[in-house]
Amino acid sequence: MSEIDYPEENFSLWKDAWTRLSNNKLALLGLVTLVFFCIIAFLAPWIAPYGYEEQNLILGASPPSYQHLLGTDVFGRDMLTRIMYGGRVSLLVGFIATSVALVIGVSWGAVAGYAGGNLDAFMMRLVDILYALPFMIFIILLMVVFGKNLLLLFFAIGAVEWLTMARIVRGQVMTLKKQEFIEAAHSMGLPKQIIIVRHIVPNAIGPIIVYATLTVPNVMLLEAFLSFLGLGIQPPESSWGLLINYGVETMEEYPWLLIFPGLALTITLFALNFLGDGLRDALDPKTSKD
Amino acid sequence: MIRFAAVRLLQAIPVLFGVITITFILIHSAPGGPFSADKAVPPEVLMALEEKYDLNLPLWQQYFGYLEDLISGDFGPSFKYPGRNVSELIASAFPTTAELALYSMIVAIVIGLFAGVVAAMRPNSVQDYAPMSLAMIGICMPSFLLGPLLVLIFGIYLEWLPISGWNSLPGDKILPAITLGTGYAAYIARLTRGGMLDILSQDYIRTARAKGLSEIVIVCKHGLRGGLIPVVAFLGPAFAGMLGGSFVVETIFNIPGLGRFYVQAAFNRDYTMILGTTIFFAALIVSFNLISDILAMWMNPKLRQKDLGDEK
Repeated sequence: MSEIDYPEENFSLWKDAWTRLSNNKLALLGLVTLVFFCIIAFLAPWIAPYGYEEQNLILGASPPSYQHLLGTDVFGRDMLTRIMYGGRVSLLVGFIATSVALVIGVSWGAVAGYAGGNLDAFMMRLVDILYALPFMIFIILLMVVFGKNLLLLFFAIGAVEWLTMARIVRGQVMTLKKQEFIEAAHSMGLPKQIIIVRHIVPNAIGPIIVYATLTVPNVMLLEAFLSFLGLGIQPPESSWGLLINYGVETMEEYPWLLIFPGLALTITLFALNFLGDGLRDALDPKTSKD
Repeated sequence: MIRFAAVRLLQAIPVLFGVITITFILIHSAPGGPFSADKAVPPEVLMALEEKYDLNLPLWQQYFGYLEDLISGDFGPSFKYPGRNVSELIASAFPTTAELALYSMIVAIVIGLFAGVVAAMRPNSVQDYAPMSLAMIGICMPSFLLGPLLVLIFGIYLEWLPISGWNSLPGDKILPAITLGTGYAAYIARLTRGGMLDILSQDYIRTARAKGLSEIVIVCKHGLRGGLIPVVAFLGPAFAGMLGGSFVVETIFNIPGLGRFYVQAAFNRDYTMILGTTIFFAALIVSFNLISDILAMWMNPKLRQKDLGDEK
């Protein structure tokens, strides 16, 4: 129509988002750091310099050196190795618990938002009630009631983190369902489940991804917090939170036992937060061009 | 406005009721009774104990009995501290936690507001990036790491401040308050910055500038009033978070507050104590959310008129 040269490329949501994300240096740095940590944690059994249980009681706690880059703990166990293995648990908790939260939150929010009326009111009131439960206390409660096991921890953390997700998805769905293409799907006689799964959820995916990325650091923090209190991961398993807990006990004599696991956790949380912020800028329809 | 407050208040009742019910059911579905953790007790003693604490009654009777006691403010007896009841234990430990939360809140608000306002005054400059990067660190650094590091630096290496305890000395309160307050200071700084940036681009601020008012008056008098609304709305959840965070800070600094009690109760499987404290915390959090919602509403004339529109 007009003389102006519009770019001919296909601007899909993902391509557009990726362009923005790759312009955001901090977010990219976060992504790279995160991938790096994940690879190291995943490959820990193969690339760790020492065995996980390998003790060296004669050496005892030693500061960082060439043999032990991050030093050793009181049993002479290599800290680098322990941090790598601890990262496996911490990152795993982060991703699995977030997935649990994602599945519950998205289905709950989508159903409530789509159904509307009394069902919506009831479902969201339930979310309100759970919101009022101090979530930390709720998790401690769950750990006390059902015992401390890893699977339960995933579930318990996921079970408290889905609430905000449900609210976000519900809000999205409520605006989406008034749009023409959903009406069209309706008039074509598609069943509700199909409309929700095929047409509504994919259109709400941007905010879902953004919030999921920001949930991962929360979840990891929560796990570390619980492990720190002695209510999360139990030895011989290890996580960054547990390592920090041990580090605190001996920080006066051997500060590196506190500092290195602390650094690992903080850097990961940093990376996740930067990535999340970057993704929000890249995927949030409000800031995107029209 | 009053209608909004009343409706919110009425909504809080089913919420609290739900919390009590969920907690009660959870606690009572725990495998093993509260006395099974101890070494084997003779059956007749167990019977007597169960009778004493009404554990032999059907669950619904226990539930209504508990509700009845709750209404009169009685949280029941503690299983682990014989002869003392949960209400007493809460009453003796809570003031400490409240004090800690108060100091932390002061730290959070003072630092957060200052940093946020400073950043918003010159967006996208060093004056913006420096406090906001610090805020990011504050958000990413968990309290159970920050606390020990502060102790290490100021308590052990520099020997400026005591490393634990909770006596009347002001020195005892500084590190715990900073440990607990920093994360919230960071959130408040971000919220303040966002809120202030919104406000400072409004027409009435331009009018104020055109009138030749000084920057201080513009920011503090005209800007803050509107810019603070998101911060006020955050204070309720922040307070709730602080109660949770007090678990860690009280453990690190050896402060005899409710959070430490709760963690101990969790380890000891002191069911009535857990139940009572959970309900107590939940009631507090519900009230604080209520107060901060109403305050934020009252501060924002636009919301005041919209009244009860569905929040999006």
